[in-house]
Amino acid sequence: MPDVHALGPIDLSLQPGEFFAVVGPSGCGKSTLLEVIAGLSPPTQGEVLFDGVPVGSFVPEGIGVIFQDDASFPWLTVRENIAFGLKRRGTDSKTTRRLVDDALELTGLGHFADGYPAQLSGGMRQRVCIARTLVLQPRLILLDEPFGALDQQTRLLMGDEVLRLWRETGASILLITHALDEAAMLSDRVGVMSARPGRFLDIVTTNWPRNRDSTIVTRPDFGQITSRLWTLLRDQSMKSIVETARA
Amino acid sequence: MRPRKATIVRLVLIAAAVGSLEAACRTGLVARFTMIPPSEMVVSLFGLFRSPDVVSDIGQTLTAVGIALAAAVLIGFLIGALLYAVPRARRIADPLLATYYAVPVFVFYPLLIVFFGLNAIPKTVIGFLYAFVVMIINTLNGLDRVPSVFWKTARVHHLGRRDTVVHLILPCAGPYLFTGAKLAVMYAFIGVIGSEFILSSGGLGYRISFAYNNFQSDVMYGLILFVLMVVILVNMGLYAWERVLMERRGGR
Repeated sequence: MPDVHALGPIDLSLQPGEFFAVVGPSGCGKSTLLEVIAGLSPPTQGEVLFDGVPVGSFVPEGIGVIFQDDASFPWLTVRENIAFGLKRRGTDSKTTRRLVDDALELTGLGHFADGYPAQLSGGMRQRVCIARTLVLQPRLILLDEPFGALDQQTRLLMGDEVLRLWRETGASILLITHALDEAAMLSDRVGVMSARPGRFLDIVTTNWPRNRDSTIVTRPDFGQITSRLWTLLRDQSMKSIVETARA
Repeated sequence: MRPRKATIVRLVLIAAAVGSLEAACRTGLVARFTMIPPSEMVVSLFGLFRSPDVVSDIGQTLTAVGIALAAAVLIGFLIGALLYAVPRARRIADPLLATYYAVPVFVFYPLLIVFFGLNAIPKTVIGFLYAFVVMIINTLNGLDRVPSVFWKTARVHHLGRRDTVVHLILPCAGPYLFTGAKLAVMYAFIGVIGSEFILSSGGLGYRISFAYNNFQSDVMYGLILFVLMVVILVNMGLYAWERVLMERRGGR
């Protein structure tokens, strides 16, 4: 398989406690960017710093990643799923229980603690993955299209959940998404990427208050932000479609 | 149909079939020379346990099956894992695995006797040869179905190679590995008992063949019943275990 030049030059700084979204056409390298930031894929050039320390080819402590695909472990209960990372770290059982109970409450999974992922809906399983990440108290949470498999209403509700968790944990969030409304609703800033090799065309600041929720989609300025995002993306999306058809 | 009702219907059908056979044998519809009534098979079966020779044969067969099975599961799993890790080797092996069961492995039995002598080794090897490929195939099936996101999740949780395998990959592939082991049990029984029929100086297959050649219908049918009971009980036990495992996953 030939090498693919997925990402162009990227220069991005995330502030502590910031919610940053990345949108771009299909195949523009959004997920590659996330993997490079997480330490799952090494950059061919340049470097990524987390808390001033270079990210190598391993995921630094303090970074949590939530993927689009269901990553809940079907052989473990919800409680065991959430405790997975803590056990691997060697956290004592008393602390593990307390942290898992907190995460269960935070994500609204308390009633399902002893159930298995197969007994939950797709949205609930994604919550299990979110809880499994939150319990490790990351300072940066990377979300790779985590609601991609969910219907629109569930996406809005999950967006509310993520905003609440973001406020309560104080972590920074980097969200990869192809949904412009999702990016506009959730983020402080939205990075708009070009077609492959992806680079930032512009970074749009939303100026939303920190204490926001999905009702923000009814505001007139929400429409202005999504319009701005689409104006930036339209030509790039068309270019991406044409290139995909050629390939 | 509900499971409980299905079980009752199944038991009634089996009871009806056995009852019909009993009646056919008792009334002479089936000649006694051809088949003894099932009730006499049961009596014969319990009588056989008083014979030291038969007990020794049972021990020989179960030992050979156990060794063949353990080797097939272990070696089959290791080869499966190796082929998964080396795609080039897998591309070479795939057609061989797909056609393996078209080969009548029993034809190698005389060759194995030449190599190992007329003892328990050839039949154990045949049992192994029958069982290990199904384990390879199911190991590959299981590993193929580990979602790629689990490998990434392992890295996010800083799991090393060993921990990734132990805590994520094996549990995820578990149901397929279990299916492989379950099938290997049956193949090992078939391989070992089949070999004992052909050319052996001991074991259940040999004892059944000996009884057949010497017109000892009661012994033959008692032993056949014993083999059936053992295989069915082992299979039912594995099936029940598998159901418990799958129920924990909600059938996922």
